[in-house]
This record gives sequence, C-alpha cells and structure tokens, in this order.
Amino acid sequence: MIQTLSFYLFAGLMIASALLVITARNPVHSVLWLILAFFNAAGLMVLAGAEFIAMLLVIVYVGAVAVLFLFVVMMLNIDFAAMRAGFVKNFPLGLLIALILFLELFVGLVATNAGGIDLGKPDSSAAQPLGASNIEAIGALLYGRYIFLFEVAGIILLVAMIGAIALTHRQRPDGTRARQDIGKQIRRRPEDATIMKQPEVGQGVEL
Amino acid sequence: MDFATSFALIAPELVLTGTGLVLLLVAAWCGDRRTQLITYLACFGLFGAGVLLVPTLHDGLVGPATSAFGDLFRADAYAGFAKALIYLGAIGCLLVAPAYFDRLKAMRAEYPVLVVFASLGMSIMVSAGDLITLYVGLELNSLAAYVLASILRNDDKSAEAGLKYFVLGALASGILLYGMSLLYGFTGSTSFVGVAAAISGELSTGALFGIVFVLAGLAFKISAVPFHMWTPDVYEGAPTPVSAFFATAPKVAAVALIARVALEVFGSQVDAWRQIVIFLALASIVVGALGAIGQDNIKRLLAFSSINNVGFILIGLAAATAQGASAMLVYLWIYMAMSLGSFVAVLMLKDAEGAPVESISSMAGMVREQPLLSWCLFFLMLSLAGIPPLFGFWGKFVVFQAAVEADMIVLAALGIAASVIGAFYYLKVCKVIMFDESKGVVTGKSNASHWAVLGITSLIISPLGYLLTPSLGDLADKAASALFLGV
Repeated sequence: MIQTLSFYLFAGLMIASALLVITARNPVHSVLWLILAFFNAAGLMVLAGAEFIAMLLVIVYVGAVAVLFLFVVMMLNIDFAAMRAGFVKNFPLGLLIALILFLELFVGLVATNAGGIDLGKPDSSAAQPLGASNIEAIGALLYGRYIFLFEVAGIILLVAMIGAIALTHRQRPDGTRARQDIGKQIRRRPEDATIMKQPEVGQGVEL
Repeated sequence: MDFATSFALIAPELVLTGTGLVLLLVAAWCGDRRTQLITYLACFGLFGAGVLLVPTLHDGLVGPATSAFGDLFRADAYAGFAKALIYLGAIGCLLVAPAYFDRLKAMRAEYPVLVVFASLGMSIMVSAGDLITLYVGLELNSLAAYVLASILRNDDKSAEAGLKYFVLGALASGILLYGMSLLYGFTGSTSFVGVAAAISGELSTGALFGIVFVLAGLAFKISAVPFHMWTPDVYEGAPTPVSAFFATAPKVAAVALIARVALEVFGSQVDAWRQIVIFLALASIVVGALGAIGQDNIKRLLAFSSINNVGFILIGLAAATAQGASAMLVYLWIYMAMSLGSFVAVLMLKDAEGAPVESISSMAGMVREQPLLSWCLFFLMLSLAGIPPLFGFWGKFVVFQAAVEADMIVLAALGIAASVIGAFYYLKVCKVIMFDESKGVVTGKSNASHWAVLGITSLIISPLGYLLTPSLGDLADKAASALFLGV
C-alpha cells in the first residue's frame, strides 16, 4: 500500500515540477523546479531498488545542475536587488518545497523498508547476476555486454566538445589565438618586469 | 561473445574512428593552415572504410554471422549498402568544401573531422540491432550535424539554421526516446529481435503507441511531411556544402534506418504502420511538389525536392516486400547522385566576384555565360523530375513497380499523378536557365574539384547510368534480403 502511494506521490510531483520547469518565467525558478524533479526521479529509482542510480541522479544531476544554476545566474544579467526584494514573497513557496523534499525522505525510507515496488519482470537477457550488488551488476553490463555502446557514447562526448570549441573559440582582432608562450614567459627577466624605487620619506612613488 | 570477431565486424567503424581522432590531432597541431591536407586525408579514411565493405556487399552476407557484440550491431549486406552510399556522399561533400569556404576565409580544420564523425554515427545507425545502438548512432550523427549547420558562426543565417536544426532535432529525439521507452516497457527488451518476438502476436495499445512515436521521431530525421518544417530553413541557411551533405548522407542513413525498424522490428505488424507510411509518402510527395512552386531560392527549392523524393522512397517501404525494400535502395542510390549533383551545381553558381548566386531569377539565361554548367543543371533537374531517358526515371519506375506488385495500385497511381505536379517546378527552372533573357549574373569561374564531382554525378544520372542497373539491382536485392530473415 505504502509503496503504491509513494510511487504516485513521487511520479505526480515529478510531472508537476517538470511542468513548472517549462512554465516558470524566471530561469532560476526553472532550475529549482528541475532539481525537485530530479529528486523525485531519484525517489522512484529507490522504490525500484536501484539505489545506485538514485545516488547518481542526486550527485551528478543535482550537483551538476547546481553548477548550471550558477552559470545561468552569472550569464543572464539578473538584477540581484530585485531578486532579494522577492525573498519575503517567495519564502513560503521555498519553505513548502523544502518541506516536501524533507517529507519525501521519510516516505521513501518507509516504502523501501516495506519491500519496494515491483516494476514488471526484467528482461532475461539483461538480468542482473544473482547475488551481485547494484554497482557490480551495472559495471558488468556496462563494460561487458554494452561495451560497444559505452565507447560510442564517449565519441559523442568528444564530438560535443569539438563542437563547443569550434563554435565558441574566437580569434583575437590581431589574428592570433589566446595562447600561452612558455618560452617567452621563461625568457622574461626580473629587470624587464620590476622597477626598484627609493621613495623619499613622506612622498609617494611616481610611476 | 567473442570480442575478436566483433571487432573484425566493425572494422569500417574502427577505421573511421581512427581517422577522426588522428585528424583531430593533426588539426590541433597544424591549425587551420593545413585544412586541404586534413580534408583529403578524411576522404582517404572514408574511402578506406568503404573498401572494407566490399566483401560484405559482394557476398551478400546476412544473418547471425554478421552480428557483433551480442547482436547490438549488425554488419550485414543491408547496412553495407547504406554505408557505401553514406561514405560516397560524405566524400563528395568534403571534396567541394575547401573551395567554397576558402573564399570566405572560413575553412575550419574541424569541418572534415566533424563530417567523419557524422559518417561514423550514420554507419552505426544503419547497423543497429538494438534500440540503444539506434539512438546512440543517431545522436552522434545529429550532434555533428548541428555544429556543421552553424559552422559559419559569423553568418546570421548559418547560426539560425544550426539553432533551428538543434531545437527541432532535440524534439525529434525526445519523441523517438519516448516511443522507445514505451516499446521497452511493453516488450521488456531493447533488442530488435526481442521486440519483434514480443509484438508478433496481439499488439497491445502501449506497444502500438511506441511504434507510432518511434516512426514519428524517425520521420523527423528523414523530413517526411508533416515533420518537414525545418528542412527548407536549414538547407537555405546552412553553408551550401553542408546542405549538400544533409541532403545526401544523413537522408540515406535515416531512410535505411526507418526501413530496418519498420520491416525487421515491426515486420509482423505491417497493418499497424503501413497506413502511417502511406500517409507520410503521399503527403511528402504533394507538399514537396506544391511547396516548391513559389520558391525563388534554389536551395529552398532543392529542400522541397528532397521532401518530395523522400515520399517516393517511402512508397517502396509501404509495399513492405523484399522487392519494395530493394527498390527503395536503388532509388536511394540514384537520389544521392541527383541530389549531390544539384547541390554542387548550385555551389558553382557565382557572380563575377565569386559570391554565390542563390536566387532563381538571377540565373535567367545563364546558358549563354555558362553553357556546360547550365546543361548539367538542366539534365539534373529533368532527372529529378523523372523524365525517361535519364536515370532518375529508373528509380521512380522500380518503386512504383514494387507498389503495384504489392497490390497497392491506388498508391502507385496517386504517386504518379503527384510526380506530374512535381515536374512543373523542375521544368520551370529549366526554362529560366535555358530560354529566358540573359541577365549576365552567373559568370564566376569554378574550381576543378567542383567540376569533377559534378561531372561524375552527371554521368551517373545520364542514360549511361542504366549500365549500372544489373549490378545495382543485384546488390540491392542481396541487401534487402537481410531484412526478411524472420519472415
């Protein structure tokens, strides 16, 4: 009973927060709703007995999204004074979300202790080896059966990196790229970079 | 599972990966000064990967002996046929690129590298034996394509094309993934064999939804109506060599993929998807033909022409027979030659300063300034319209023949009627370049590499192309048989 209830709780909250991600006008709010959606997905994973994936979701997604959040705040030129002005108004909402997250912890724990949820029968070809833990089973599949796809996923990331650099790396106006010239740095003598001055007492230095 | 055998089967992909990685290092050390060298090395790598396909194609290898990594990947004759086309298209688009970008001083060392990785993604796509392989290959191809579309980053149109392609491509991926997750949920397997076995009896509603979403996601990639909106904008905005690439290799890959999924995975449920494919085919033919009529930009016109052609290819798929699949492959081969040829011809339309000319009205009477180019374009347009002595007719003929033999006479008749509408705008272009009063705009000289690619494609679409039909038909039959092993 509690499993089914918590499943619908997590699933319902996830869909609701996913909707709010795309309807919220403030990008910062969107990111916050996204974090709530990820937490609920992690809750679903715990219910299905995939606690490693749940931890990955929280650490990688929520952790990475927190960084993304920072970038958004830095790049979007948001007026911080205006944001703080809304603090009191938004405080109840924030408190509500925090409360829900906190409650979910307990619900998830109780539900797992009650036996988790049975989500259909696993595909026999990909069944987890008997007695192996979650992490071992994922490792064995990832580096055994699915090694080809794992490697191709690596190439996809490489292409994404090439693309990001090709589209954003710009030349300076004088035609050179921003590049470190180690030889030039080592050749530099202290005399070229520093000046010794003997200032008179009570007078400043004129450069 | 024997890893050594698996690695031997993915040899073409390994060659492409190696080429891409080495070229990336060359690009990092030599910068944008050695782009010519990198481009030719990339062509060489693609050619090498293509040579490795010859035994598979020649012997028509199919079945369990060709499946690698626990049936995640299939190096059968069908995949081989599609890969050969993909590599040829990619080589063609690489050869014409340096001369185009050099004028803008925008040739980047990353361009050939990205084309190689996109080809790798496509070759994984067409070899998929599992829904995950399908998605991973598709995404590798798409990511490289998004960057290629916006590679002229200082050009507003190119950036817009890249962004549009990215947003709609991401939407299509989402739809496809949703369909795949439904299929997995209702069949309990991601492998093509597993899904095919699970849906062979009574089809559950959930699995039916899965089929519809997967087909819709893939229809985005082949730009079939009603999922075609992005095509004209992207083809117009992207740099012309990139548009030529989009119209050839990725189209071939996506069409090959949709046919494999429909015939192999959903092969037992033909009635469930046939009506969808028939609608896509007819809508693509009609919208492709009508939409092209008002266009003045030749690249937009060719985009509608590619939508139109996809419709004819889908008629072969709707037949759902080995003959239909084989006809589809023959059509793809001819379509690629026509499409590559027309885009290269467009690439060669330049004014006296060498700036590209894209509007049809300024091409008026260009036969007086550029007789050879005009005649090539003239024959390419007639071939696209499917006028008999040219090779383009053969593609339409085999596709309609397959449809008639599968008792789909109404579909074939409607297709033929709609192809007459299509002929109108191709003939309009022919009339403008041949008979209108000359404006003397298109006078610029073209590079030898452009002439070479245009010459080869023009030879293929000329009546000489019919010399290829016996061997082409034979190869296509062998390849198509790979899809009908379970039936």
